[in-house]
Amino acid sequence: MSSEPAAAPREGSGEPNHAVRFTVIWVLGTLIALPIVIWVIGPLIGPGNGSDAASDQGTDFTVLAALATPVLTLVLLYLAYAVIFFRQPKGGVLEGPAVRGHARLQTAWIVVTSTMVLAVAVFGTVRLESDYGSGSGSGPNPLTVPKGPKLPVQVIAQQWLFTYRYPTYGGVETTELVLPNEEMVEFHVTSLDVIHDFWAYKLGVKADANPGVDNVAFVKPTKLENFTVRCAELCGIWHGYMSNAGRVVTPAAFETWIHEQQKRLAPATKVLPKYSKTYLPEPTRRGE
Amino acid sequence: MSVFAKKLLGVSAALAVLGVLIGLYVAAWATSAPPTITATIAPASSGGDKLTLMTVAAIGPKYSPTHPDWVSYLVRKNGRWVHSTIFSVPANSVIHVTIYQYDGDTGLRNAFLSQVQGTIGGTERVDGKTVNAIEPEEASHTWVVPQLGIFIPLPGVPEEAKNQCEFAPCEGAAHRTVEFSFYSGKKGRYRWQCFVPCAAGFLNGLGGPMQTLGYMDGFLNVV
Repeated sequence: MSSEPAAAPREGSGEPNHAVRFTVIWVLGTLIALPIVIWVIGPLIGPGNGSDAASDQGTDFTVLAALATPVLTLVLLYLAYAVIFFRQPKGGVLEGPAVRGHARLQTAWIVVTSTMVLAVAVFGTVRLESDYGSGSGSGPNPLTVPKGPKLPVQVIAQQWLFTYRYPTYGGVETTELVLPNEEMVEFHVTSLDVIHDFWAYKLGVKADANPGVDNVAFVKPTKLENFTVRCAELCGIWHGYMSNAGRVVTPAAFETWIHEQQKRLAPATKVLPKYSKTYLPEPTRRGE
Repeated sequence: MSVFAKKLLGVSAALAVLGVLIGLYVAAWATSAPPTITATIAPASSGGDKLTLMTVAAIGPKYSPTHPDWVSYLVRKNGRWVHSTIFSVPANSVIHVTIYQYDGDTGLRNAFLSQVQGTIGGTERVDGKTVNAIEPEEASHTWVVPQLGIFIPLPGVPEEAKNQCEFAPCEGAAHRTVEFSFYSGKKGRYRWQCFVPCAAGFLNGLGGPMQTLGYMDGFLNVV
């Protein structure tokens, strides 16, 4: 903005007051763009409303997009305005007026941008705190924990498969992630070998799976749907294939499913190590 | 043409040739894959197609001059063992699989994988005996197709067994025979892999042959 050469009409030039005219155009453009961003584009931004965390992330993305809208509108409209009104006349090579400092404008610019950045920082921090991590892994000791009962589900990553352990159901381990709708889930994410990353996009959950680390993430599914779990950390030749299916089902269907798994997978459950937040499995290498 | 122009032309031509060669090398490397082996048709009385595999502790120089000491799978084609891990089976069919397992045990890092899953009856036959799981520490390898939910643990040859196989082909040496059948289902390209950290000399036992197509992992093409 400090380079705007025609903030005031040049004496005797018959030039309009570009600053005022452009400000009006910008305000009008922003007033038109903002509702479109909030109510049309916002709902299209992922990850959807499959869980409380996913819905909150959608809200956060919409807020950030709305905050960015006046800035983007300013840049695009000024670009168009300059192309139209500050075009070099044919046959003439004109220099614009010398650019001088503009203390008021510079101060306003610094204050406005600093305020926006600080506001976004405060907003993000509050949202993380109030949403108990917003679906992200918060380490073994999360700062905020949702109240009420929670279903613990352990996510075990290994090259190249995710398996899921349900400690409150006899520690049964499965290859499919099935969750009850409208119940708070407490994920405990860990790895048996290298670094992986548990990412259930539709649920808005993403947490690193590190060997020897218990990474906790919370989520409450709010929609009966199928979803995909992917590894989001390059982990070897089959990283691209390290995905599997998940389902959010009714609590009754979940109970039926988990009891079927307990029965079907009894031989494996019998030989599993006792449930633990992390595992240091042997052998670590061949020959040991 | 000036001397400078000639030098510039020469250097440019040399760089172009070098670039093409590098490109060809990368393309050849990126597109190289083991051959696809189609399951053989089993007798009508068996009601399905047959896939016969072998696992060995070391593939040997005959099959892999570059990595003779790598652990590997082989597949039988027309009565001969072929070094490939890309198999083709018909869709919506019962596939009978026999795996001759010539390697010693290593053990599973995740005992969950010691249970047989995804086969007809949820079992496998080990040396003629039907089981639904093996001891996790006895596992030598697994044959797992995650997308199809097939989990086959393969027990190892006991350490004290005589006539251990050194290099492939291992016919005649001490081995375990694992048999199972599965329904192939719909068409698709499914990856399979071993989950036992069986790559000797690599961190976590998961490098080398575990990370290279053609040894302990591959594709099951259902066509």
